[in-house]
Amino acid sequence: MSSSPGSVDTRSLLQDSDLTKAQELVYELVVRQVMTTPVVSVQPDQTMHELGEKLRAAGIAGAPVVEQGELIGIVSMNDLINALERGSRDDPVRQWMTIDILTVREDDSVIEAVKAFASRPVGRIPVVSAQGSLVGIVTGGDITRGLVRALDLDHRSDEVSHYRASHIFQDISSHDTSLTLRYTVSPRDFSHSGEASAKVKRALQRLGGRPEAVRRVAVACYEAEMNLVIHTDAGGEVLVEVRPDRVSITTTDAGPGISDIESALEAGFSTAPDWIRDLGFGAGMGLENIRRCSDEFSLRSEVGSGTKLVAVVYLGQGNRLGRAPRS
Amino acid sequence: MTVREVAEGLGLRVFAAEAASLDRPVLGGYCGDLLSCAMAGARSGQVWVTLQAHRNVVAVATLTDVACVIITEGAQPDPETVQTAERENVALLGSDRGSFAVVAGLIRLGVPA
Repeated sequence: MSSSPGSVDTRSLLQDSDLTKAQELVYELVVRQVMTTPVVSVQPDQTMHELGEKLRAAGIAGAPVVEQGELIGIVSMNDLINALERGSRDDPVRQWMTIDILTVREDDSVIEAVKAFASRPVGRIPVVSAQGSLVGIVTGGDITRGLVRALDLDHRSDEVSHYRASHIFQDISSHDTSLTLRYTVSPRDFSHSGEASAKVKRALQRLGGRPEAVRRVAVACYEAEMNLVIHTDAGGEVLVEVRPDRVSITTTDAGPGISDIESALEAGFSTAPDWIRDLGFGAGMGLENIRRCSDEFSLRSEVGSGTKLVAVVYLGQGNRLGRAPRS
Repeated sequence: MTVREVAEGLGLRVFAAEAASLDRPVLGGYCGDLLSCAMAGARSGQVWVTLQAHRNVVAVATLTDVACVIITEGAQPDPETVQTAERENVALLGSDRGSFAVVAGLIRLGVPA
């Protein structure tokens, strides 16, 4: 099999210390994000001549060999040249293909593909699903393109990390340091609804929160905020208390209050009027979503006086805010 | 498969899209019109197919970090919604076809189900 210039590039990622950002991305990206799909494949009974036509038409230098949906080998331009030199253009692909193949899984980190390229002088590696079926193919060029794309996207998140505020939890010392974010939410104001949650999400990103934890807080916060918009007479307040290890979301309002909390907590139970449903709300999943995203949840309400909801999201081991940024 | 390839492959209208958001890879999809269900079900990097066109779609798209939103059945987002999408870097696309047909098209393009 041939070695493409692309595979040399990717190998250098393992050594070159100047490429720190690319190296980081190589661990973060999964193979699925960089691979080429659908795959051009050949059958073992096709001739080497047919293989040549196929490679030329697709503008590629090699292809996996698939028999009845199963990956059984890989064949490259090099194999084709060898076959042609011996005048074996009518040989079946089966006779010239490489059987001992490397594969990577689609949910593997891209670093696994880089390691595979470094381990053997191959130009392309078939990508398989968890069930072992062929789902794509990856070359050194795919990895390079995937990295360039990700670096470009990172532009955006870099803006966030540039303003990272995580040091406040390192710089300011107390027995219990917390940061309080307070938002006022108006009733029926669908043109500004969701803004408090979007701001909370951004704040947590700047504080260095990991995406999964930020997502849980954002979802819980959004649903709680929307409840104030949709259901309250006079709106309410969203109070978010950020600690290094957890985020508490508290919403309070002055009514009307929930008459049947048990039912309100059931997934799918909704009291939303039709016009609210027409906007896409009122699925009856709001409180359920909050409960699902949080580690502590409480809801107290009295008809005529109001509702207080508290949801706490633990950020989890190794996910504390205010840790030194990754080097 | 990137957002751009999806937009071109299905002949979608582009209401709002920054260059960077068009190059995002599409890792899968979510289809549905109830925002709370989208909040619960849509994952980062997926395409969200919905017939909802109002501004809260952008809020949900931002919070779930979907790669793009395809608004179906020819629904038209208002200028404010488009502005919000641009500000929040959300790729907002549109199709005259129904959600079912759009999803079928996405599958044909090779977006993993």
